[in-house]
Amino acid sequence: MCLGVPGRVVEVDEMTAVVDFWGAKRRVRIDLCDEPVQPGDYVLNHVGFAIRRIPAEDVQTTIELYEQLLRESTGQGPEDLMAADVRAEIEAGRS
Amino acid sequence: MNPLEFRDPVRARQLTDALERTVNAIGRNPVSVMHVCGSHEQAIARFGLRATLPRALNVIMGPGCPVCITDMPEIDEGVALALQGVRVATYGDMVRVPGSAGSLADARAAGATVDIVYSVAQAADLAREVKEEVVFFGTGFETTAVATAAVLLDDPPPNFSVLSAHKFIPPVMEIVSEMPGSRVEGFLAAGHAATITGSGIFEPFVERHHIPVVVAGFEPLDILAALLRLTEMIRDGQAAVSNMFPRCVTRDGNRVAQEQLWKVFRPIGGRWRGIAHIPNGNLRLRDEFAHLDARKRFTIDVGALWHRAPSSLVRQCICGNIMAGIASPGDCPLFGRECVPESPVGACMVSSEGTCKIWHQYGGVPDLRAPSSNDCLRCVPASPGTTDVKGGVA
Amino acid sequence: MSAVVQTDERILLQHGAGGRAMRRLIEESFHTAFTFTPELSAGIIGLAAMDDGAAVRVGDQWLVMTTDSHVIQPLFFPGGDIGRLAISGTVNDLAMMGATDVLGLTCSVVMEEGFSRTDLERILASMRQACDEAHARVLTGDTKVMGKGEIDGIVINTTGVAMTPSLVRDCTLGAGDRIIVTGTIGDHGMAVMAMRHGLALDAPLASDVAPINGLIHAALAWDRRVITAMKDPTRGGVASALHEMASKSHVGILLEESALPVRPETRAVSELVGIDPLLIANEGKAVLGVKAAFAAGVLNALRAHPLGRDAAIIGTCTGEYPGMVVLDTGFGRRLIAEPEGELLPRIC
Repeated sequence: MCLGVPGRVVEVDEMTAVVDFWGAKRRVRIDLCDEPVQPGDYVLNHVGFAIRRIPAEDVQTTIELYEQLLRESTGQGPEDLMAADVRAEIEAGRS
Repeated sequence: MNPLEFRDPVRARQLTDALERTVNAIGRNPVSVMHVCGSHEQAIARFGLRATLPRALNVIMGPGCPVCITDMPEIDEGVALALQGVRVATYGDMVRVPGSAGSLADARAAGATVDIVYSVAQAADLAREVKEEVVFFGTGFETTAVATAAVLLDDPPPNFSVLSAHKFIPPVMEIVSEMPGSRVEGFLAAGHAATITGSGIFEPFVERHHIPVVVAGFEPLDILAALLRLTEMIRDGQAAVSNMFPRCVTRDGNRVAQEQLWKVFRPIGGRWRGIAHIPNGNLRLRDEFAHLDARKRFTIDVGALWHRAPSSLVRQCICGNIMAGIASPGDCPLFGRECVPESPVGACMVSSEGTCKIWHQYGGVPDLRAPSSNDCLRCVPASPGTTDVKGGVA
Repeated sequence: MSAVVQTDERILLQHGAGGRAMRRLIEESFHTAFTFTPELSAGIIGLAAMDDGAAVRVGDQWLVMTTDSHVIQPLFFPGGDIGRLAISGTVNDLAMMGATDVLGLTCSVVMEEGFSRTDLERILASMRQACDEAHARVLTGDTKVMGKGEIDGIVINTTGVAMTPSLVRDCTLGAGDRIIVTGTIGDHGMAVMAMRHGLALDAPLASDVAPINGLIHAALAWDRRVITAMKDPTRGGVASALHEMASKSHVGILLEESALPVRPETRAVSELVGIDPLLIANEGKAVLGVKAAFAAGVLNALRAHPLGRDAAIIGTCTGEYPGMVVLDTGFGRRLIAEPEGELLPRIC
């Protein structure tokens, strides 16, 4: 329900960090984060406070989560699904 | 390039295809699921997702707009304070919500000082800069309340205090599930709130009600994947909590933030605008923080606002039913006529996350398959014996 | 839609915000007051048209006139100030009517007692700079001072006058026309909002405020017959301008989100405050309707000009859904509703 915006930590001091939002940089409070943050970490920002450190490896984990869901849903991998799509289009083009 | 955007349209298409298959396998029409997060509704509307969802899937927006469910007496407190000459700072959304006798914007037009801030920390900084009293009118759910808590714990200036209208979302799922006419088969839980509270907080609810809950993020793929997981669980009769937002949400949540939240706030029961009494739904400052509580520091004269009887329009407002997901904006006689964003009657039309505002903003037709179609957010069919709620064709 | 019943009418901030509330105030109050009977003759484009300017036929030319008052706070912002805005706004409104050669400007100033003389000089210097860029001149004006507290700092009004052989309207889009925007969107409004609400960004956003009559001249010089409509997307943003154009022209507009030019800084701040750049004011941009076959040509003419480097074709007009503006997000389509009222940062 809340506008949480992810950003990348550039600089850290005691209570705050400078976070890069891919176009704008802003200083946010980090005292609500439950893990220490380092430059290079991602954080989730809400109303000027970082509320979560997002581990960089979780980007890939997220993508894998979608792919696993799709695999289980159809019994196929996403590459197979794309191939199926293309085949369907070719078939449609022929008829 | 922001690596935390998950917006690949090809994967989105695969997910919606899988969603279609799953909803068909369930066999019911409609299959109704509810989300309780204004930002989910914003994301769905912004990316045009409703137009891609299976027709038989009814994604209802529940009472997830913190501004919309702030009850009139609480708004009146903020307005009364402002009209009494106290400087009030608040978030942008709150400024135009109508109370019994006007909004903070109206108070400002009448000469009050109302500051719009991006962060509660800014309000405290403002208090440090000026000599006068500054009251932060705090709205928002637990995600936002933790920020208020952090500021209150961080040596705020003596002329700073908080009028808390913060809310706590988990109790409302119970209430909605128990409402007559409720046909909700599954919930999408708000990902950012769950970042704070943890996904485990939904386990007792699931055990009691046997309704699946999926914690969802806010990127388009997050939402579609969460809907797919949720419909699969409905199909399989699986009542559990599933975390589809693991990059931000853990089972236990953010303990540091939770500690600060509960150090400062205590939950009390309260009325959510137009819905019902929600046990533990409102957050108030604990006694230890009475010295920072605007309700204790000031005598707020709300009675002074009630010189005018509430407008009859307010009585026709069905925001409560809309927020509970049992009516849609199209059902409201005031929607788009007397109740429009520039002169809202109910809170749903004010907040950028209000169902009515989003409907109105997106042209009253959030489900845009063919622009001339009247397909729109369908409401939950009424159960026999209750008032007929018509299908929501605008 | 029936008229809104308000028992305690007061002018609110949203009545000046450029959206629906303001339009209704103008229609209900100002038009009523300034209606002529008999109706104005064919040689006058007047108040009822609510175009960027008014036009009066003089011989075989049109005399175009426009006026604007400027009350922006803060007075000085990254990329510009109230003075630059006052000149650019009026010059650009003339340009939107097809009149890019400014005959003259007026400048009327009302100041609050105690206003800083240094600030005034700074503002005037900025106005002069903008005039030079626009090849325009302030020829006459007025100066007033009001007591402390009776007015907020300074209010500047500028009026502009120009001639043009043919007018460009905002109500003449045709189905099939392409929509071009002359550069990145949302910069001005986002910069001002960030400043006003203390967003405390490391590198502040800059407004795009600039006179663009030279840029528009470049497009019109390429071939003015293929430009079917023009408007500058100020308050209410591109969304507001396109809504008006679509509505007056009785066409629908389909925009491609991926084609919208947005600076990374503007995009990042829009995510932070939860407001769409399409809804945010621009003060150095225009939206044009162009006959499809010539869109590429006009685009190149714009891009050849220093102020038009980021020009882009962002959409197409259609005979379907007249009056509506639809955005294709890449996932699905959604309607862009007419923005109204003061846009406020969203937190939750």
